[in-house]
Amino acid sequence: MIEILTSHAFNTIQDLGRSGARRFGVSTSGAMDPVALEAGNALLGNDGDAASIEVQTFPFRLRFHADIAFALTGADHDATLAGATVLPWWCMRAKAGDILTIGSPRRGARVYVTFQGGIDVPRVLGSRSTHLRAGFGGVEGRALRAGDMVPIGQSRGDTAGRVDFGAEPADVAIAGTDPLENRVLRVRVMRAGEHDLFSDEMQATFWSTTWKISARSDRGGYRLTGGKLTLAAPVEMRSHGVVAGVVQVPPSGEPIIQMSDANTAGGYPKIAAVIQADLWRLGQAAPGSFIVFSEINYHDAVAAMAPVSGYLARLRATADLYRAL
Amino acid sequence: MSINHRASPFVGALEKDPKISLIGTLAMLVEASGEFDLVQQGRIWALADALSSWPNVQEAVVGVTNVMLAFEQPPDDIDTLAADIIELWHRLVPRNADGKLIEIPVVYGGEFGFDLPALTVRSGLSAREVIRIHSEGEYTVCAIASSPGFGYLHGLDPRIFMPRKSVPSLNMRAGSVTIGGMQTGVAALTSPNGWNAIGWASVAMFDPGREQPSLMAPGDRVRFRIDRIEL
Repeated sequence: MIEILTSHAFNTIQDLGRSGARRFGVSTSGAMDPVALEAGNALLGNDGDAASIEVQTFPFRLRFHADIAFALTGADHDATLAGATVLPWWCMRAKAGDILTIGSPRRGARVYVTFQGGIDVPRVLGSRSTHLRAGFGGVEGRALRAGDMVPIGQSRGDTAGRVDFGAEPADVAIAGTDPLENRVLRVRVMRAGEHDLFSDEMQATFWSTTWKISARSDRGGYRLTGGKLTLAAPVEMRSHGVVAGVVQVPPSGEPIIQMSDANTAGGYPKIAAVIQADLWRLGQAAPGSFIVFSEINYHDAVAAMAPVSGYLARLRATADLYRAL
Repeated sequence: MSINHRASPFVGALEKDPKISLIGTLAMLVEASGEFDLVQQGRIWALADALSSWPNVQEAVVGVTNVMLAFEQPPDDIDTLAADIIELWHRLVPRNADGKLIEIPVVYGGEFGFDLPALTVRSGLSAREVIRIHSEGEYTVCAIASSPGFGYLHGLDPRIFMPRKSVPSLNMRAGSVTIGGMQTGVAALTSPNGWNAIGWASVAMFDPGREQPSLMAPGDRVRFRIDRIEL
């Protein structure tokens, strides 16, 4: 059991999300940075999908009520356990009574606290992720708050194994796009259904603009500012399914990227879609930061997942060895 | 090459082919051509039913004259998959609106039907006339989308058509019976909502603990019954 001591808005329990329920109108939810979540779980020997706390408002504090191994992954941040520094992308064992404090990130937006055994709230429609809008999953379908007692599951492996080791952060280890150039994140996208309805000039604007992720951005979607994409004639779209990463252009002309908590349906023209291999990086992009889009074709977009899968597989194999030492 | 590119052989090759496009590597949208009608929507249901059992299809999500496929893994051969779907589309027998009949008792007007007065002004009908027309219709669930358990209902009498609001009502209560354009529906969540509320129903549209979490499913029929009128 762990006890939440300090939690500001919008910190929730998330796993890899709820698949297969879109047809009931249920968005997937799930970690905004699934690679960080899986990495934390790999460090601890959990299933990759074990539920964690996604911390996106700081400081965040919790108290351990038992000896529990945990890991911190995701955004680069300062943290302490019982007053001593804990490195990011590190796992260690807390003693009952220890207080973990997580400060604001230096880089990135979301920190994942994973626990050996995973958070053991009930699965709803196959997932423990919090669905804030509909009020289910996680702890009573809501954000965490001080006083919450959160159950931790039984570890499936050997809890006596070694902890106190770390991993190279995913954004450093995984080659992908050119990393941050002047703190601008390059995001690879594929064209989507209505790309060609935009004029050459508007397409050029889309590709050349350095877009700012506006303050009106959250787990539901990122609203971008910095340019306007307009159509010569309005397009009447019928309501259709969408997935996280889709870049839609509402009549205002300012694109919106749908993220983990996005509505299951959309009705705006879709100019592009962020590829799976970059969506987790986007999940770490904070409001106020900048992105540019670059085009990738289907074949290369599929191939771009190989370094991500390879990173996670190597991390799991190494962590399994360390724990056995 | 991606089929989203203009050079694709499958986009608009035949007028009656559905438009097929990718949304990233894990989703594909199949859009029927032509106007909305229930026969076309019935083909969409049939297509979704068939595609849901195809390998690698995590789910087939019904929209309004379209289906989105969510994949477990990026498909190996997108062009062949698209061709197979088009081939299936042309030989599909539409599914009728043969789902269950759902009867929903409605408290029309009152505290939660706060847009009823505006609808009477717009339609030139009395409130009782609007309520009679709405409650005499039989509606078909076209799709479940947008929020958990929310059904897009087709079959609204054009006399009580009312466009969606440009500024949503901030806290519309779950169970609100609403009109949005030529569709009607029952709000499944208490949340901001751009549709027009004309009444309220004490019906759990969605319960994640149920085996079928959504009360409505595509192809179901819905009747609204007057439980009470509060004017």
